[in-house]
Amino acid sequence: MVRALLAAAVVGATCAVVGTYVVLQGMAFFGDALAHSILPGVAVGYLVHRGNRGPILLWALGAAILASLGIGAVGHRGRFREDTAIGIVFAGMFALGIALISTVRGYAVDLAHFLFGNVLSVTPTDLVLTGGIGAAVVLTVILFYKEFLVVSFDPTFAQTLRLRTGLFRYLLLLLIAVTVVISLKAVGVALVLAMLITPPATAYLLTRRMGRMMALAAVFGILSGVVGLYLSFYAGIASGAAIVLVATALFVLALIFAPRRGLLAHRRRAA
Amino acid sequence: MRDAHPYRECSDPLHGEGPAVEAREVSVVRDGKTALEGITFELDPGGLLAVVGPNGAGKTTLLQVLSGTLAPSSGEVRIFGHRPARHICIAYLPQRLGVDFRFPVAVRDVVMMGRTGLLGPLRRPRGRDRERVAEALALVGITALARRPIDRLSGGEQQRMFIARAIAQEARVLLLDEPLAGLDAPAQEGILGLLGRLRAEQITSIVALHELDLAQAHFPLALLLNVRAIGLGPPGEVFAPGRLREAYGTGLRIFQTPSGPVALSDTCCEGGDHDHR
Repeated sequence: MVRALLAAAVVGATCAVVGTYVVLQGMAFFGDALAHSILPGVAVGYLVHRGNRGPILLWALGAAILASLGIGAVGHRGRFREDTAIGIVFAGMFALGIALISTVRGYAVDLAHFLFGNVLSVTPTDLVLTGGIGAAVVLTVILFYKEFLVVSFDPTFAQTLRLRTGLFRYLLLLLIAVTVVISLKAVGVALVLAMLITPPATAYLLTRRMGRMMALAAVFGILSGVVGLYLSFYAGIASGAAIVLVATALFVLALIFAPRRGLLAHRRRAA
Repeated sequence: MRDAHPYRECSDPLHGEGPAVEAREVSVVRDGKTALEGITFELDPGGLLAVVGPNGAGKTTLLQVLSGTLAPSSGEVRIFGHRPARHICIAYLPQRLGVDFRFPVAVRDVVMMGRTGLLGPLRRPRGRDRERVAEALALVGITALARRPIDRLSGGEQQRMFIARAIAQEARVLLLDEPLAGLDAPAQEGILGLLGRLRAEQITSIVALHELDLAQAHFPLALLLNVRAIGLGPPGEVFAPGRLREAYGTGLRIFQTPSGPVALSDTCCEGGDHDHR
């Protein structure tokens, strides 16, 4: 239980920090696609290595990078709108993942674990990996805070400052991919998106300062992880779903009660 | 390799008092179409140049080439004697700012972004950087807006914020694409007055604009452009009826009045939509 709590908190914080850029850059669909696209990687890793966790993470990461490149190739030079390219790659890779997992006996149970996570099955090795990688992701975001900010806020300006805009864009995609991969056990492929965008969106309702938004998002992410896990334990709800429901509830509260941007504040101003 | 060593200051003792901006026979061909042809000019430090011409004349392309974000097909640009793509003291404000004004930043955060290049990687802003930001805000007259989120700025305030960012960047060359479009007359006058003050700080500005009257009233130099340079010099000489007709073709009507010719361009207000939401 303690292990699960720690894992849920790490995932909540990492997703929220990286997710701040997902929200601000309008990359929600991309993030969701990336999460679903890692399924074939997980399946192959699972089939090849069985219980061994480390290599599975690498396979998943490989699948995520392949999906990013695939999306770039399909949508090359505006052949399609980007969402079409994302959709094709995402659905194709997701189907491949399901096909691979369905070749294994007892697939219904395993598939559910991948799709929706099972944070109670986190092993000590899992926790060390998740914690270490999560810390590295957050540290990268903090170290290159001002560069990421400029590149995402005003790409042309970043170019005249002669920043390596392409490099930082790819680094951001890589950070999203890594984050999705380490969140697999806690919330699963299908619900990672919520951890990426819901806590930052909640924070966005409460502040207009970037640093504060990130910090608040992390608090909401951790809170969702911890409270969700307790909820799952005592109410017998699937852990991933419980975590996401708590995050959503926090968002709804902020949407209604946020001092400036909440629905009540709007009403009061209109009245 | 992180762009080797971008020049931190746009002055080079080896070049002494050379021009701030030099374009030599600059041509740009885009998608098989000639966007600019054989543009040559020089501008001294502290110079203020208006670039005017009809839509599609290549005004934006020229600014992109000067900023180093677009390589010319032939010819070359020198900023204080060096290629522009290596300078970090050129500030370029595109007409369509690729900026999302819902971004959770305040005015002073955006101005602080100007310090990014000078700070270099892994360094955080310090007291001196905050001082430079405060000076820049004061110079453009928006000190009172420092803490305001950027989604609550008027068009004129947005322009001032980005000009303040250029000052915090310690830019020596300022490239503005249609900074007056969509602004009301007082806001336009405010920006034009600001350009005059920047001139006193030895900042060299090149401004693309549609308003011939404002170019005539506020700029010592004008470049009349329609793919080629049709005229370069004081606006009073450049905006002669024959030249204007050559640049604008049928898109322009010229009236003779007792005080001189008046030109009416029917392409004046394109791009006036500055609502970014």
